[in-house]
Amino acid sequence: MAKLKFIVPLGLFVVLVAFLAVGLTRDPREVPSPYIGKAAPAFRLSQLADEKLAFSPQDMRGKVWLLNVWASWCVSCRVEHPLLVEMARRQVVPIVGLNYKDQRNDASKWLAQFGNPYALSVSDIEGNVGIDYGVYGAPETFLIDKQGVIRYKQIGPITPEALDTKILPLLKELNS
Amino acid sequence: MRRLLALAAAIIATWAWGQSSEIDHPDPAVESRLKAISEELRCLVCQNQTIADSHATLAVDLRQQIRAMVGAGKTDAEIRAYMVQRYGDFVLYKPPFQRNTLLLWLGPAILIVGGALALGITIRRRGALPVAMAPDDARRRELESLLAGSESAAVRSGEHAPAKTKKGGRSRP
Repeated sequence: MAKLKFIVPLGLFVVLVAFLAVGLTRDPREVPSPYIGKAAPAFRLSQLADEKLAFSPQDMRGKVWLLNVWASWCVSCRVEHPLLVEMARRQVVPIVGLNYKDQRNDASKWLAQFGNPYALSVSDIEGNVGIDYGVYGAPETFLIDKQGVIRYKQIGPITPEALDTKILPLLKELNS
Repeated sequence: MRRLLALAAAIIATWAWGQSSEIDHPDPAVESRLKAISEELRCLVCQNQTIADSHATLAVDLRQQIRAMVGAGKTDAEIRAYMVQRYGDFVLYKPPFQRNTLLLWLGPAILIVGGALALGITIRRRGALPVAMAPDDARRRELESLLAGSESAAVRSGEHAPAKTKKGGRSRP
């Protein structure tokens, strides 16, 4: 009985420490997307390269693809960009750019300067499509499968680690 | 003094104008509902601010969306559902009561009830101690006769003479 007196508070303390320790390792800025496993919201936007051409996620049915949210004003996008260019060069996966709350001129200049890894980019000048996808910053990247279902979301720049441990294995699985 | 008042009035006027400058002709009814709803929604860019407070572009855009939805006659529940669909439950400052929030909602109650139980048990146990320690009448008579008569006998047998316990006093064996 006397032992219990020490064991119970110690147990509670250990539980508390465990909770706090797990909490410390989590990044509160990474809010899990409620869209994982759900159909990618439909939209129809004009392309960045040619305003007269439209694009809709429907056009990518039957392909596994990435929807990458970027903007010329986004500093982290520059960090991520070389990796996207490399992925495009190796033809890892088709990448569609969602040019988010940006100006066409600025966006085109940015691509000319840093290289264009995108199969195509669409202009979401008002940011409404971004809102429909639950975007709350750039860059963000959605991995969408052949049926048009969102399977993974990268919040912030795609890191080489995220590419190797999450995106590439998932691509392999979805493409087989 | 009058000049000071005029200055104050001018400052307040510009401040008020600054408050409502987000749109050109705010409708007071729509704005008040917008405020009520957006005060319960978290801005995901600056997470400790509400969508009502935040100046982040996303918050401005979302306020605009809410205005449009209020204008379109959507209910508060529909507007909240719109936000949750896009940003998840995290967007709500008042999370829904469901399986993964059980601990969050019930935790404080469990702590209070648990604490009260522990407190009650402790008080009970402590209250019971002096009663258990106090000798009953037969034992008391025995003790008194021992103390009065044969102290020397107790010493001889190697026993310490028991101290006289005051009623309600707490001594432990």
